[in-house]
Amino acid sequence: MDLGSQEKIKKLADEHARDELLVVLGAPDAEAAEIAAETIVFGDPTYAGALTETQLGLDVFHVLEDEIQSEVPDDVWEDQVGVMADTLEAEALAEAVRNMRTKAGEEA
Amino acid sequence: MGSDVSEQGPVVSQARLVLAHAPGMVRHGSKPARELEADPDLAEALFGSLRTFEEAMAYPPNQAFLGALHPRELPERPWVSASADGAERFAPHGEHMPEEELLGLMAAVDEFELLTLGEEVCERAAAALDRHPLGESLDLDRLGAAAGDPEEAAERPGSLPLHLGGEHLVGAMHRADEEDVALHAPVLLENLAAKATATLALLHLVRGADIDPDSIDYVIGCGEEAIGDRYQRGGGNLGKSVAAAAGLGEASGADLKNFCAAPIPALVVAASLVSAGVFQRVAVVAGGSLPKLGMKFEGHLKHEMPVLEDVLAGAAALVERDDGGSPRIRLDAVGRHTVKAGGSNDRIMRALAVEPLERVGIEMLGVDDYATELHNPEVTEPQGSGNVPERNYKIIAALAKRRGEIERDDMDSFVAERGMPGYSPTQGHIASALCYLPHACRRLTGEGGAERVMMLAKGSLFLGRMSELSDGMSVLLERNPNGG
Repeated sequence: MDLGSQEKIKKLADEHARDELLVVLGAPDAEAAEIAAETIVFGDPTYAGALTETQLGLDVFHVLEDEIQSEVPDDVWEDQVGVMADTLEAEALAEAVRNMRTKAGEEA
Repeated sequence: MGSDVSEQGPVVSQARLVLAHAPGMVRHGSKPARELEADPDLAEALFGSLRTFEEAMAYPPNQAFLGALHPRELPERPWVSASADGAERFAPHGEHMPEEELLGLMAAVDEFELLTLGEEVCERAAAALDRHPLGESLDLDRLGAAAGDPEEAAERPGSLPLHLGGEHLVGAMHRADEEDVALHAPVLLENLAAKATATLALLHLVRGADIDPDSIDYVIGCGEEAIGDRYQRGGGNLGKSVAAAAGLGEASGADLKNFCAAPIPALVVAASLVSAGVFQRVAVVAGGSLPKLGMKFEGHLKHEMPVLEDVLAGAAALVERDDGGSPRIRLDAVGRHTVKAGGSNDRIMRALAVEPLERVGIEMLGVDDYATELHNPEVTEPQGSGNVPERNYKIIAALAKRRGEIERDDMDSFVAERGMPGYSPTQGHIASALCYLPHACRRLTGEGGAERVMMLAKGSLFLGRMSELSDGMSVLLERNPNGG
């Protein structure tokens, strides 16, 4: 995850209660989604950014997961996400992020 | 009528590309330079993974770049293991130039004696350039002025040592001013490399197509290098410098900047100048981007691949009034990414690939080839940067589906037939559609088989920290209705 995003997320996590926050990822491939989810849950695995050794323990989803889509009106989803949903491997992305949530649950 | 300017063009009459092999300059690429400074032990692995000229020349994407084959004819990957059988230095779009000749070419266009090269290298490069088909257009006397002792040159304060391949010291680039960082050796090396490669491409265009150099009125530079001094970093102009170096005595010129996207607005501006009758012939030129050499080398080393970003590219195109055969530039179908369009990939692509076609009543299926950011995925994937053209093509196909032109099941064939594998060196602006221009000209003339080609490019404005926006522009090229 890029350093600027890590800083923004850390700042928000410092300002708000954990149960008020949810991180929604838009990474285009499963590898990037997994690393981003890992960064959110366990800290930056590359030891480069603001989330190094910071376990925020925030909930994290990919925007293409059913849990997010079900919260969004269909017309808004179609307008904002529809094209990308057609081009990306939604299930692989969902699985990558879901696995990281499961790991977080096991460690909790 | 015949005198109606709108019926007299503009067209792209010529386009040329060059690749100059520069393994010795990989160490001066932005990423390798930083990593080598942090960990000098990297040198062995980096220098041990540089390709020979023959290997770079035989590399199938480079062959496609220079027109030996169409990108859609590329074999299955991996491409790195291709043998050199049949690879030719001079190719339909231009040439592969070996590094020693590149250094000689840089010396030949160095008007301020900023480059010193060892005497042996100077002699060999001068002899090779003298035999080169474009050699008579170069000021080879400058190589004599550049000759000197490489070790002494490299030890001068502020000088940057230059090597052939890995570690063979052959000279140095000098700074032009002690205090002005815009004129320090690393900056000037980038600018001189860009000037040399752009000049080479323009010479191929002018001499190869037998164009009267004095018939070109204006040269627009659209490369990524920022020419200037401390009072105006980036305020300068490589276009006119390249015009002079290529012997275009009647031309003036200027630069147009827009990160990677610059070549498309440069083509559109060139076409507009011609269409408005301001100029008859305008050349668009771009030299190679030295800072991007070795940009993804860590991924290549990690995967035990050679360092693939070892070439500097150059490009030149000629825009002029309708000659009755060359592909037309449809100025009524220029797409632009507006400030309010939104920054997501699909919004940008809607603005560039859909809106201009809708405006002129052409279906997306009416475009035979879409040329977008054609970065070679074999270069980008090992470093985790993904397959850029594939991502773009999927979005274009999804937009065609949304317009009801194709079904979801047709998206893959849309991509395969109208897109193409990425084959360009990761030289930013060159990869951004400009690399396809010579192919487009061939596809849109004679037996090329295409009626329309869309060229589209995106630029990352946010990198300069003055805006969070991206930018992009597209332009439609069409087979000439009067022939071609």
